[in-house]
Amino acid sequence: MMPFIVKNLPILIVITPLMFSLIVAVLNNYRLAWTLSTFASFLTMIFTILLCFEVSYKSNISYYLGNWPPPLGIEYVIDRISIIPIMIVSVIGLIATLFAHNFFTLEIDEKLVSKTYSLWLLTIAGLIGLITTADAFNLFVFLEISSLSAVALVALGSKVDRKALVAGYNYLILGAVGATFYVIGVGLLYGVTGTLNMGDLAQKIPALGLNKSVIVAFTFMMLGIMVKAAVFPLHIWLPNAYAYAPSPVSVLLAATATKVSIYIIVRISYTIFGSSYEIYSFESLRYILLYLAILAMFAGTIMAIFEKDVKKLLAHSSVAQIGYIVLGISLATSPGIASSFIHLINHALIKAGLFMSIAAMGYYTSKRIDVKTIAGLGRQLPITFFSFIICALSLAGLPLTVGFISKLYLIKAAYISEGIWLPFLILVSSALSLIYIWKLIEGLWYNEKSLKIEKIKELPEIYLPLLVITFLNVYFGIDAGLIIDNSFIASDALMSGIK
Amino acid sequence: MIDQIFGVWNYWIVFILMMIGLYIVISKKSLLKKIVGLAIFQTSVFLLYITFGKIAGGTAPILTDNVNEIYSNPLPHVLILTAIVVGVATTALGLALTIRINKAYGTINEDEISASDLVEYHKKYLEDKK
Repeated sequence: MMPFIVKNLPILIVITPLMFSLIVAVLNNYRLAWTLSTFASFLTMIFTILLCFEVSYKSNISYYLGNWPPPLGIEYVIDRISIIPIMIVSVIGLIATLFAHNFFTLEIDEKLVSKTYSLWLLTIAGLIGLITTADAFNLFVFLEISSLSAVALVALGSKVDRKALVAGYNYLILGAVGATFYVIGVGLLYGVTGTLNMGDLAQKIPALGLNKSVIVAFTFMMLGIMVKAAVFPLHIWLPNAYAYAPSPVSVLLAATATKVSIYIIVRISYTIFGSSYEIYSFESLRYILLYLAILAMFAGTIMAIFEKDVKKLLAHSSVAQIGYIVLGISLATSPGIASSFIHLINHALIKAGLFMSIAAMGYYTSKRIDVKTIAGLGRQLPITFFSFIICALSLAGLPLTVGFISKLYLIKAAYISEGIWLPFLILVSSALSLIYIWKLIEGLWYNEKSLKIEKIKELPEIYLPLLVITFLNVYFGIDAGLIIDNSFIASDALMSGIK
Repeated sequence: MIDQIFGVWNYWIVFILMMIGLYIVISKKSLLKKIVGLAIFQTSVFLLYITFGKIAGGTAPILTDNVNEIYSNPLPHVLILTAIVVGVATTALGLALTIRINKAYGTINEDEISASDLVEYHKKYLEDKK
């Protein structure tokens, strides 16, 4: 039994949530649905941990679907690079599923809750599939699986606020245009190389030289994925989608969905086009993505400062944080990519914690919370507020939290390759982010109690996920060795593939 | 000149369809028309793939006695079969959302929806003032 499982681990992490989503879809009992979803995401995490051990001594696992060897068949590749986002998705998936129970029954019609879990698992399966696959077209299929189910999840927030429907619609249209752009790119590449396997593509592209089709293909693929990753001017769907989605969905999407898309940007520029890196990737990274990332840092932060709705504020701050991650990638150096992998992990931890604690604060008010309605909530909910403040300070990058580690490495990498001006800009935008964080803390703690709800109290059911995230935020801030080492191994592996 | 137009006829059609679809998605205010535009946009990509796969004079890729039989590449067709399914799912989800939006707002015009949201926002603001 065990060798069989170990042999098939790369596919098991994808089909476990996929199969359970089918089972959950036919259930009517939402408690049972939640139990099964938790079991499925727990199982996925176990498989991922087993896979981590596998990868740590094999360094590269290649799995052929149905034993069809590539380039004909579909290949799944797990290496030291892809294990990082897989770990993020499966850990955050489990934590968010544990967290989801109370909020789905509150924010969604009771009849729909079990179906919601089906979509939930489908999203997780799609995201993990996106990371594992080494087939450019298969990637598109997973892209659509994850984004269509995410759209449906976002639109389910319509019981609380009808704006969720429009937010979901905009996400659908922009996401579909982005995915179609990606397919056009893949089609053009297939037209000139005759293969869809990423490794095979990387081998065949250099022979073509500076080919017009390849330039167009590269542009289409990058643009399509940049929509999904919400890189600055293409982020327009993100704030509303995260703000009006049901709270658990905000947690899951904010912590995983854009991270996975950023990982695909890395894959396209360093794996598929890594072999002709100087011609295609390098220029696009250094002359386009770098400046877009700097714009994102400031635009997201400034939008967040002027935003009143708390969830939307966090979503705008996500745009700025995506800017930091993309900045690391666009430096095109090994420390740069490592720093963006570090921030990839850390931002997932930070944003999951923030969205969870904000959701817990909104639980008894059962409406949208803005900067005014949160007044004095921190004093009434001390444990939730404790988690919130740890994650918020981590977002600002205070020492002893994970946010500090990622800022430190990002600034270091920026200084090495760009000199003093880029670290200066990063520090300015971090300082600006303190303004909106302070705005929240001030409202939660220092304002007088203005809320008319007396029955407000803590939710003990969510202590486990909330405190685990808070603990991880502090733990990796003090002992970040695990994250840093693995990020550097991943970035070195990526840079070594470049010719 | 003639060759440039008729020799790559399919690609021109792909190009025209793609631009029509994208233009509809960007410019139309009706949520329903946007979905139609998206469908046209996706269809143009299907045609692009099918055109790659076609070989002049090639038949269907079925094993025959003739070893030198020229056949079209079947892989793009298979890929597009998948992409069509995805496209149908996207359209279905978009239409379902449009129905729900129509129920919630009483309109599917983008401007009217944002106007209605704005009215709601101002009403709430005035209530909070009281």
